[in-house]
Amino acid sequence: MTDETTVPDDEAVDAAPDAAPVHEDEVLAAVATAAPSASFGVSPAGIDTAHVDREEYVAAVAAAKDAGFQMFTDLCAVDHLRRRRDRFEVIVQLVSLTLRRRLAVHVAIPGGDPSVPTITPIYQGANFYEREAYDLFGIVFDGHPDLTRLLLPDDWEGHPMRKDHPVGAVPVQFKGANKVT
Amino acid sequence: MSNPPDVVTGEIEAPSTEAQEAPPTAASEREQERRRIHEMWVTGTEAPEDAGRYTSEGAQEMLDDDDEGAGALAEQRGVVVSDDYEIDDRISDDETQIINMGPQHPSTHGVLRLQLEIEGETIRRVKPIIGYLHTGMEKTGEALTFLQGPTNVTRMDYLSPFFNELAFSLATEKLLGVEIPPRAQAIRILMTELNRVASHLLWMATQGMDVGALSMMIYGWREREICLDFFEKVTGLRMNHNYIRPGGVAADLPDGWEEDVERILSEVPKGLEDYETLLSENPIWIDRTQGVGVITPDECYAYGVTGPLLRAAGVAWDLRKEFPYSGIEQYDFDVPVGKHGDTYDRYVLRLEEVRQSLGIARQVMESMPEGDYRTDDRKVTPPPRARIDQSMEALIHHFKIFTEGFVVPEGEVYQAVESPRGELGVYLVSSGGPKPWRVHVRGPSFANVQALPVMMTDQLIADTVATLASVDPVLGDVDR
Repeated sequence: MTDETTVPDDEAVDAAPDAAPVHEDEVLAAVATAAPSASFGVSPAGIDTAHVDREEYVAAVAAAKDAGFQMFTDLCAVDHLRRRRDRFEVIVQLVSLTLRRRLAVHVAIPGGDPSVPTITPIYQGANFYEREAYDLFGIVFDGHPDLTRLLLPDDWEGHPMRKDHPVGAVPVQFKGANKVT
Repeated sequence: MSNPPDVVTGEIEAPSTEAQEAPPTAASEREQERRRIHEMWVTGTEAPEDAGRYTSEGAQEMLDDDDEGAGALAEQRGVVVSDDYEIDDRISDDETQIINMGPQHPSTHGVLRLQLEIEGETIRRVKPIIGYLHTGMEKTGEALTFLQGPTNVTRMDYLSPFFNELAFSLATEKLLGVEIPPRAQAIRILMTELNRVASHLLWMATQGMDVGALSMMIYGWREREICLDFFEKVTGLRMNHNYIRPGGVAADLPDGWEEDVERILSEVPKGLEDYETLLSENPIWIDRTQGVGVITPDECYAYGVTGPLLRAAGVAWDLRKEFPYSGIEQYDFDVPVGKHGDTYDRYVLRLEEVRQSLGIARQVMESMPEGDYRTDDRKVTPPPRARIDQSMEALIHHFKIFTEGFVVPEGEVYQAVESPRGELGVYLVSSGGPKPWRVHVRGPSFANVQALPVMMTDQLIADTVATLASVDPVLGDVDR
């Protein structure tokens, strides 16, 4: 099963017990109200997913927090080079301790303009994760308080987790290592 | 020429042997002696027998009690303390200083660098700087097959390698949709819970060492060694086992494994009693840990802080209870919860977690199901060894699984397990090939290190190391 934006609701129902149709579920309804473009699904692990547009991304995350998802756990970037129309994707994993459920907010980002608004005002913990995504993928998080490289040195060139950045692009720094033809 | 000042002038101008014959009336006996020594060296007269006793000590020479004031004497003896320092508030407010702790500080548990802005002894700002151990393991994971994946991820959080393998394997199995036999699940729980014990014991050792309880370090390593011996017997390696793999585990438990587990179950609780005797009511330990590195539940939520830190803050949140994995819901255990969210509560909590994990290990041992240790799905599991001798197709099948790998259906999955440090999540994207399109590991230490400024700000610089150790960061997990 895939999590494409066109996942129909009826396909998602059998994957998890709480995969109710969108508007019957209060939490997902709250997200749907804030982000009318959102489409919902369920991942193979039984986690609710919400695919939202870039413009409604912050509103969707804020609505999810208000709906009870008080904890931010993860922000992950994926490079879908030549797999999807929008090259990049950012996935935010949220947890509700009170509802005992998870929610994954997916936002697609075009490769020509890899930028997305920051969610650090909503969840401070997104700070390092957004810096990591910027560092390794080159996704710019607009409004981030300190968008600098996190894992790589400041003078590093390129974003190595991108699919068009090959493994071994950086020459090995041993004597004579590059002389092999 | 250093004549005593109170000598009559006539005699200074004419230092001669006559001076010895006509001593000045005002000089004391000691002055005479001094003069004698002077003349011995300068004029070459005969040395007195006890000349060595009277060498001058210069400015440090102790004077007679009568010569010094009573106040000065009391100060010398430490009875009176005169404080002549003046604190100027207008100056000290701006006098902050930035110091770097790490990346090579022995107490940073790896290569973490903390930039501390201190004002006097108080920390005003903290900036964790990470990346010194970044080796691009997520990128490496994209070049390895799903079967090779655990070899890669096991090296991330190198103190709880089984959890990394488990999270990766569970995520892969979710995408594959394969069922794992009960024995494999039980072995997984046994190994991960014993790994939690080993990890917490190592934390006890390093926390003790960082706070100054050096014998604690030896004790913690001692008990951990028993666990590692068992891991070595089962997996062949003390760390980085690559034992839990998609489809099950690499091999069945060795003969006599119950005795080894029994040894852990009997030895480690004795060690725990030692630690409690040593630390729990130790006033130095209490002073160094209570009220140090406090974090509140709301701050934990905002920064994604999980695991013992969150539970020590009073939130009963354990993924083993909330989102059970690998059949852990069938075992009976409690989730200990702290109250104050400080370092001492984390210590008490981890001690209790070790006991609970030992309890789970005992239940697993007593109820270990019979059966296969890996799935019988032939797509994932190679044919049995005996079949390879009989059938060429089985040999090819075996060969292809280990060279090409098996194809995992297209999809994305997030799978989290409760590692000793908190929520360890793996986000796996498959493009329908034998290698993952994207491996993202949500390391608990990453989020916990990010929250260090919350815990450290406005406390004393002496508590930095105690706080940092209580977070139990593993930098391999942070930098990946």
